[in-house]
Amino acid sequence: MMWFIGKRLVQGLITVWFIATATFFAMHNVPGDPLLNDRATTAIIRANLEAKYGLDKPVTTQYFIYLNNIAHGDFGISFAQENREVNDIIREHFPVSAILGILAVVIAAVGGILWGSLTALYRNRLPDYIIMFLVILGISVPSFVVAALSQLGIVTINSLLGRTFLPVAGWGTISHMLVPALVLGLTTMAYLTRLMRSSMLEIVNSDFVRTAKSKGVPPARIFARHQLRNAVLPVITVLGPSIAAITTGGFVVEIVFAIPGLGRFFVEAVQQLDYTVIMGTTVFYGAFLVFMVILVDVIYGFIDPRVRMN
Amino acid sequence: MSKLTAADFAPHSNEHHCHALSRPSLSYWQDAWIRLKSNKRALASGCLIIGLLIFTLLGPLLWSVNSSEQDLDQLSTPPGSARSALIIPDYEPWAGPTTTVTELELAGSATTQSVRLQWTSLPEANGHRIYRNLYPVGEEKAYGIPMAEFFDNNTLYFEDRLNLSPGIYYYSVVALGNNRRPTTEAATIRVDVLRATTVDEAIAQGLVEEGEEIAVGDTVNTALHPLGTDYLGRDMLARLMEGARVSLFIGIFAPLLYVLMGVVYGSIAGFMGGKVDQLMMRFADFVVALPFLLFMILFKISFGIGPGESGIFPMLMAMVVLLWPATARLVRGQIMQIREQGYVEASKLLGAKSSYLILRHMLPNTLGVVLVTLTFEIPRAIFTEAFLSFIGMGVAPPTPSWGSMSNEGIKTMLNTPHELIFPALLISITVLAFNLLGDGLRDALDARMRNTE
Repeated sequence: MMWFIGKRLVQGLITVWFIATATFFAMHNVPGDPLLNDRATTAIIRANLEAKYGLDKPVTTQYFIYLNNIAHGDFGISFAQENREVNDIIREHFPVSAILGILAVVIAAVGGILWGSLTALYRNRLPDYIIMFLVILGISVPSFVVAALSQLGIVTINSLLGRTFLPVAGWGTISHMLVPALVLGLTTMAYLTRLMRSSMLEIVNSDFVRTAKSKGVPPARIFARHQLRNAVLPVITVLGPSIAAITTGGFVVEIVFAIPGLGRFFVEAVQQLDYTVIMGTTVFYGAFLVFMVILVDVIYGFIDPRVRMN
Repeated sequence: MSKLTAADFAPHSNEHHCHALSRPSLSYWQDAWIRLKSNKRALASGCLIIGLLIFTLLGPLLWSVNSSEQDLDQLSTPPGSARSALIIPDYEPWAGPTTTVTELELAGSATTQSVRLQWTSLPEANGHRIYRNLYPVGEEKAYGIPMAEFFDNNTLYFEDRLNLSPGIYYYSVVALGNNRRPTTEAATIRVDVLRATTVDEAIAQGLVEEGEEIAVGDTVNTALHPLGTDYLGRDMLARLMEGARVSLFIGIFAPLLYVLMGVVYGSIAGFMGGKVDQLMMRFADFVVALPFLLFMILFKISFGIGPGESGIFPMLMAMVVLLWPATARLVRGQIMQIREQGYVEASKLLGAKSSYLILRHMLPNTLGVVLVTLTFEIPRAIFTEAFLSFIGMGVAPPTPSWGSMSNEGIKTMLNTPHELIFPALLISITVLAFNLLGDGLRDALDARMRNTE
C-alpha cells in the first residue's frame, strides 16, 4: 500500500511540474505588455521594473527561477495589485471556493447515490421516468442559466414572504452557501445519478444478489449490504474528476452569486492580464486537483484491493 | 440391387441442401440504422438538429436583418410588443404654457419625442422639483428620479425629452420650501407616453414604402422584430441565427478536429504498442491532468485575439490542444483489442502492410465508438463555448454567440427576461438533442446490445 501511495505521489509531482511548465510557456506567449501602464514609462523606470520582476533575464533563466520559486511555495507578487502576494490572494480566497466546492461535491454525491438507487428500484415506473427526465434536463441546461433562474426564484420567494428568506447573492453565512452549492453540484449530480442507476441495474442481476435472495435475506438488507455497497464503487471512481469539474466550474456560480472565491479572482486576473496571479492560481489549482485525484485513488485502493495490485 | 434408371444419374440439384437465408443479410451499419430508426427519441433529436442547421444556414436568407444594426426606438423590446407609431411634426422648442393652468397637467400629447408638463404654483412653494418614476408613487412617496429643479415661483412648466420609451410614467412635482428643501406638498400625474416619430425619421428608417404618402397624424409600424430586441436595440432573431452559426461551428468543428486527432494518436499508440505506446499514453495522461477550463482560458489568451477578430479560431485551437486525449485513450483500447483478432492475424500472414491493417481493419471497426464519442463531445463543446463567452472569455463582441447573448441577457433578467430566455433555451435544446442522439447511437452501435431483445 505504501508503495502504491508513493508511486502515485511521484506521478503527481511530475504532473504538477508539467502543469507549471505548460502554464509558464502559455503565459509567455500571451500578446501584450505586462508593464504597460496608463502613464508613460521612461526607459530607466522600465528597466528597473523589468529587473524587479526578473523580466530582463533570458526565458530559460526565468523558467528556472520560476520553478525554483514554486518549489519553495512562492508564486510572486501581483502585477495589478502592487504589494500583494499571490500567496495572500490564494490564502484569502481559496477557502471560500473550497467550502463551496466541498458542499457541492457532498450534495452531488449524496443526491446522485440516492436518486440513482431510487430510479433503479422503481425501474420503468413513474419515479424512474420523472427522475431520469430531470437528469437529462440537468445535463442539458447550462449552469449559468440554472444559477440565474435560481436567483430569480429566490427573489420571488423573498418578495412573496415579504422578508429575506434566502440571500440573493454574497457570502458569509450558511444560507449564502446553500443555493450556490446546489446549483454547482447539479450537473455532477445528474451524471452521478445516471451512473448509479446503470451500476445498480447491473448488480441487481448478479449472482450474489440472487444467492442472497434465495437464502431469504430481507430485501432491505440485500439493498443496503449487497447492492448499494457494490454499486457505489464506480461512483467513487468518478468522484476525483468530479471534484475537478466542480471546483473549476465554480467560476460561473461565483460570478453570478457574487462570491469572493478564487475562481472569480482568476477571471478578474485574466481580464487584467495579471501574469503572476494567473500563473500562481493555475498551478495551485492544478496541484490541488492532482492531489484530490490521488486522494480518491488511495481511498479507492483501500476499498477495492484489485486497484493497488495493478 | 434394384435397377438403376437414367433419372438416377441426373445431376443432383444443390438447391435443397443450401441453407435458406430467411432474412436478408444485414451489415453492421444497416443493423445500426434499423435500431436507430426504431428509437423515437433519437430520431426526433436528429430531426431537431437538422432543423437547427436549417435555422442557421437558411434562416439568414429568409430573415436578412443585419444583426449588428441598432433600432434605437426599440431597446430591450420583448416579442409581440405594439409597433404602431404616431407621425408627429418635427420638434420645436417650447416656450411655456399658452393657456391658463389649474393643476398639474399635460400640454399637448405625451409622445416619445417629448412630454410637456405645466402646473400652478403649489401652496407655500418657493420653487419646484420634478420627478419621474416608472411605478405609482404610493404611500412611501417614491417619486423616482429627480429630473429638474426651479428655485423661483415663476417657472411652472417642464419639458422632458430624456430617454422616453412608450409606456406609463408617473411625474411628480414637489414644492420646495425654505432652504430649497422639498416639502410635503406634491402633485402626481400618470402619463401614457405614445410612440411617435416624425415624417423624416420614418422615411429614413425605411418604415414607409416608396411612393406612399404619409402626413402628421397617420400611424406607421416600426420595424418588426419577431423575437424582440436586446439592450442595444439589435434584432434578437438575427442575432440568434448568427449566434447559432458561431455556437454550432465551434460545437461541431472543434470535436471533429480533436476526435480526429485522438483517433490518429490513439491508433498509432495502440498499433505500435510497447515502449512507444507507454510514452505516448503517459503524455496523454499529463494533458488530461491539466485543469481544463483554466487552461482553456490560458491558451485562449495565449493564442490572442487581434483587433476586429471574433476569437473563434483561438477557442477552436485551445479545445483541440486540450481535449484529444479522451478519444486517444478510447481508440487505443479498441485497437489493442482488434489487434489480437483472428482476421487481423490472417491479413498479416497474407503480407498486409501496417498502413493497410490500420486503415482497412482497425479504423473501420472503431468507427462506431468514435461516432458515439463525437456525438457526446458536441454538446460538451457547445457548453464550453457558452461557458467561456458567458464569463467574457469567449468570442469578442459584437460577434454574437448564444453564450455571450446569455451573458448580456442575464444583466436585465428581471425586467426583460426574453433576452436571456431565448439563447439559454437554444443552448439547452441543442445540447439535449445531441445528448439524446448520442444515447440512441450508442444503443444502436454497441455490439453488446445486439440481438438481446
